[in-house]
Amino acid sequence: MKKGLLFIFLLLSGLFAYPAPAAAGTGSGESHDEAFNAGHLIIDHIVDSHEWHIATIGHTHITIPLPVILIDQGKLHVFSSSKFHHGHDAYKGFKIETERNANKGKIVKVIPGTMQTDTSASKPIDLSITKNVVGIFVSFLVLLFIFFSVAKAYKRNPGHAPKGIQSVLEPLILFIRDEVAKPSIGKHYEKFMPFLLTMFFFIFFTNLIGLIPVFPGGANVTGNIGVTLVLALFTFMMTSFSGNKSYWQHIFNAPGVPWWLKFPIPLFPIIEIIGVVVKPFVLMIRLFANITAGHIIVLGFISLIFVFSQISPMLGYGVSVVSVFFAIFISVLELLVAFIQAYVFTLLSALYFGMATEEHAHAEEHH
Amino acid sequence: MELVNPGIGLIFWMALAFGLLLFILGKFVWPPVLRALHEREKSIELALHEADKAREEMKQLIFSNEQLMRQAEEERDALIRDARRVRESLIEEARQRANDEANRIIDNARERIHFEKMEAITELKNQIAHLSIEIAEKVLQKELSQPGRQKEFVQKSIDEMNLN
Repeated sequence: MKKGLLFIFLLLSGLFAYPAPAAAGTGSGESHDEAFNAGHLIIDHIVDSHEWHIATIGHTHITIPLPVILIDQGKLHVFSSSKFHHGHDAYKGFKIETERNANKGKIVKVIPGTMQTDTSASKPIDLSITKNVVGIFVSFLVLLFIFFSVAKAYKRNPGHAPKGIQSVLEPLILFIRDEVAKPSIGKHYEKFMPFLLTMFFFIFFTNLIGLIPVFPGGANVTGNIGVTLVLALFTFMMTSFSGNKSYWQHIFNAPGVPWWLKFPIPLFPIIEIIGVVVKPFVLMIRLFANITAGHIIVLGFISLIFVFSQISPMLGYGVSVVSVFFAIFISVLELLVAFIQAYVFTLLSALYFGMATEEHAHAEEHH
Repeated sequence: MELVNPGIGLIFWMALAFGLLLFILGKFVWPPVLRALHEREKSIELALHEADKAREEMKQLIFSNEQLMRQAEEERDALIRDARRVRESLIEEARQRANDEANRIIDNARERIHFEKMEAITELKNQIAHLSIEIAEKVLQKELSQPGRQKEFVQKSIDEMNLN
């Protein structure tokens, strides 16, 4: 326990040892004694990026460059993000937007020969392997590795008590099946089990990997709205494609509702359709907000050290003790959140599937 | 603003990766895992059910054993009772028979004794008669050795006969 705490402390202190110069060092023209901006630091850490920043020592950025893949006017451009020199240079007429505007962090075109953003040009389609994409691939590989070994364990000794990692995951699998799928969906639950299990373990593992502060963890994958958008879309599509006749009937022509609520102004169908869209939307926002909030709080506590150290170095040392303690506390709390959010996402997906496949034998009695 | 402004590339890769993950896990991992879990549960349930059944059977067996024992005991008691009765009746009968036999023997003996006695008496009578005749003969011989006496005797006997 003590060793573990020390380890976490070292990791955290190693990671955030020099974030003040890192924040100050972006952009060549900026002065070195620019005030530490906790907001910028935090946002830069939780949003997607074209390179994997590990640390900045003095003026040296230690990063892992990631491939940039662009489709611009039908032409494919593939090159390493190191060509941008951490945003200082343009390459092939592209640059990373460093101005804090709507396109911050995105790849934009420049006016040839300058570093000026060409606001009139169309933006290229950016299919780069960004930090979060790498994070997704890491989760993907971890999940494949773990679950193939688990599946092999089930095939090797069928009918026996689980062993090793199998016994860690089996309660979770059973939990999803018995506490989530069965009560929420009912008799059709088996059809949705692969989806729910994949969803649950992807979110859970990605959340956990996101809590590891060093590469290959630490990417704020499930705290990215694009990722949660895709997850929610999968749930939405599953719900829509598995919806039975009575599900759609309840949306477009709900039985037991007075006709004047449906005609001439289809008030009731409109409300129902809004509901159909809001459900996955809420899923998207909830997961994104929860995970991002966790990262922000941890980074906020760490930033406090540097905010105070600008007032007085000694104050910074004093605050660091409290900050690190709280950061550890929040990190541990985030372990819980990692599970709860995966559970909630899966549970709500299951509930939506349950609604979509529910059979209304006595439709009139429901209203 | 950056927070809620995701890149199209990320969405593309995420959809691809998650779709692929869903496909691979859904095809190669979840079916065998869920099947194995289901089968294990079924076998455990079956084993429990069988244990229950065995216990029930055991109970039944014990019960029937007890019943058998009780029946056997009852039978034994009945047998003993019967045997006792038979013994008593046998003894009674034997006694009766012995009594009868004894009585018969005694009767026989009595009869025999009576008969023997009668025989003895008859013998005695005959002997006495014989002796009497012999004595009488001797007496007569002696009496009738004198001629005068013979005549007198004959006369006298004739007289007596007439009187009859």
